[in-house]
Amino acid sequence: MNFSKIYALGLRHIYLISNSLPRIIDLIYWPTVQIFLWGFISKFFTLSSDYYSNSVGIILTAAILYDFLFRVSISFNMMFLEEIWSRNFTNLFIAPIRISEIITSLTLTAILRALIGLVPAAILAIPLFGVSVFKLGLPLLFLLLPLYLFGVTLGLLVTSGLLRFGPSFENIAWASLFFLAPLGCIYYPIEILPYSLQVVAKGLPLVHIFEEMRNILLNNTVNYFDIIKSISISIVYFILGVIIFYSSYLGAKQRGTLINMGE
Amino acid sequence: MFIQIKNLSKVFKKNLAVDKINFHIEKNKTVGLLGPNGCGKTTSIGMMLGLIKPSEGEIIIDNKNLDSFKRDEILARVNFCSPYIELPKKLTVKQNLEVYGRLYGVKNLSERILEISEDLDIKNFFKRKTGELSSGQKNRVSLAKSLINKPEILLLDEPTASLDPDIGDFVRSYIQEYRSKNQVTILLASHNMNEVERLCDSIIMMKKGKIIDRGTCKEIIKKHGRNNLEETFLKLARSRDELQ
Repeated sequence: MNFSKIYALGLRHIYLISNSLPRIIDLIYWPTVQIFLWGFISKFFTLSSDYYSNSVGIILTAAILYDFLFRVSISFNMMFLEEIWSRNFTNLFIAPIRISEIITSLTLTAILRALIGLVPAAILAIPLFGVSVFKLGLPLLFLLLPLYLFGVTLGLLVTSGLLRFGPSFENIAWASLFFLAPLGCIYYPIEILPYSLQVVAKGLPLVHIFEEMRNILLNNTVNYFDIIKSISISIVYFILGVIIFYSSYLGAKQRGTLINMGE
Repeated sequence: MFIQIKNLSKVFKKNLAVDKINFHIEKNKTVGLLGPNGCGKTTSIGMMLGLIKPSEGEIIIDNKNLDSFKRDEILARVNFCSPYIELPKKLTVKQNLEVYGRLYGVKNLSERILEISEDLDIKNFFKRKTGELSSGQKNRVSLAKSLINKPEILLLDEPTASLDPDIGDFVRSYIQEYRSKNQVTILLASHNMNEVERLCDSIIMMKKGKIIDRGTCKEIIKKHGRNNLEETFLKLARSRDELQ
């Protein structure tokens, strides 16, 4: 791994963001809207539901964590799509940078993009709704880690699709996360799902992450077994995502699509 | 031989794009790759850049097989310029050169950027976004990117396409000057026969994925009894298949 090259590719995206105020606003705008929307819903549920009455802001905390996953994944996809939109794909793939370095760079830059949007929104939630995601304490980091890995994995799968099917796969990039959200049990306990779907949902790290988040907020205890389980599942998916990405890259080389990929 | 292409073929589904081509390029020579549209030039260049996996054959650069040797080590010594690919439009010229300079591991990058920007006369629009530049300006920036690492091998795909005669001449003159001052082996794909005659030590003519002729411009013109390369190209392009 050459960290100078990883930094160079990250720098390309940092320049892209820093050159454009509308881009910075766009990064912050959507998480903030989410916070407002779910903040009011959360407030209403807190006042009207016994389940949530003991812990203000469970839904809002879930919304912030889910948005983190969403932002990481979308950031990963967006950075890849930027190369296609700007017709820079060939320049990137003929540069002496390894695929592992491209993945590492996109992975590290994705968290930066996600945090630019999410940190202001999470801070805004404190005075507006009296909800601080930071109250989760150290376990917050353990919840963010599998979310980060899973977000990157979804990004890898979508970009693999872009390599395989070309820019027409772009729409899937936007839809990918909404596809899994119902099974993620983000805003409700797993028991709500029919049994057959519970089995499927348990195979995703999201259920374990959000169940644990609710456990921490409602019971003030941390079940490290669940956290380890969610991290382990995320690592498995991440490895699978990397394998699929490599296989799509090799397929694209075979089909010759790397040389003329563009809008 | 610095670059050796041995029995190189590429089949896309059932379409034979490149059919067992063989050629070599000596160090510091400029070779023109000519042929009508769809003859396999871009596919051949794509394979030499490691973007397309050959169906058969070998690409050997400085005694290293592109397929088995570490790809990034070979690519650090190569670069490519084509008007059909672009640099990120929202980055300034300087930012683009900085990013690519770092990707290519260029030492003393600031000095190199300054040097190349003065040579190519792009310094006055250094802070402008690349997408806002005219075609001529973009072309010079792309050329600057392709020379940022002082490549030992430079692949040029129609480097002056869509440029006005003045800028086209500037680019050709610059390539000539650069070649005289630096150790660089160039493969030039072009449809501009004057450009090829001016820049290339020898040429390779392709048609339907095969090499149909090769030699110096003078040799090929003489062999086919024509007055210039343009007429020779038309003869070969319109004739029935002539194999090497």
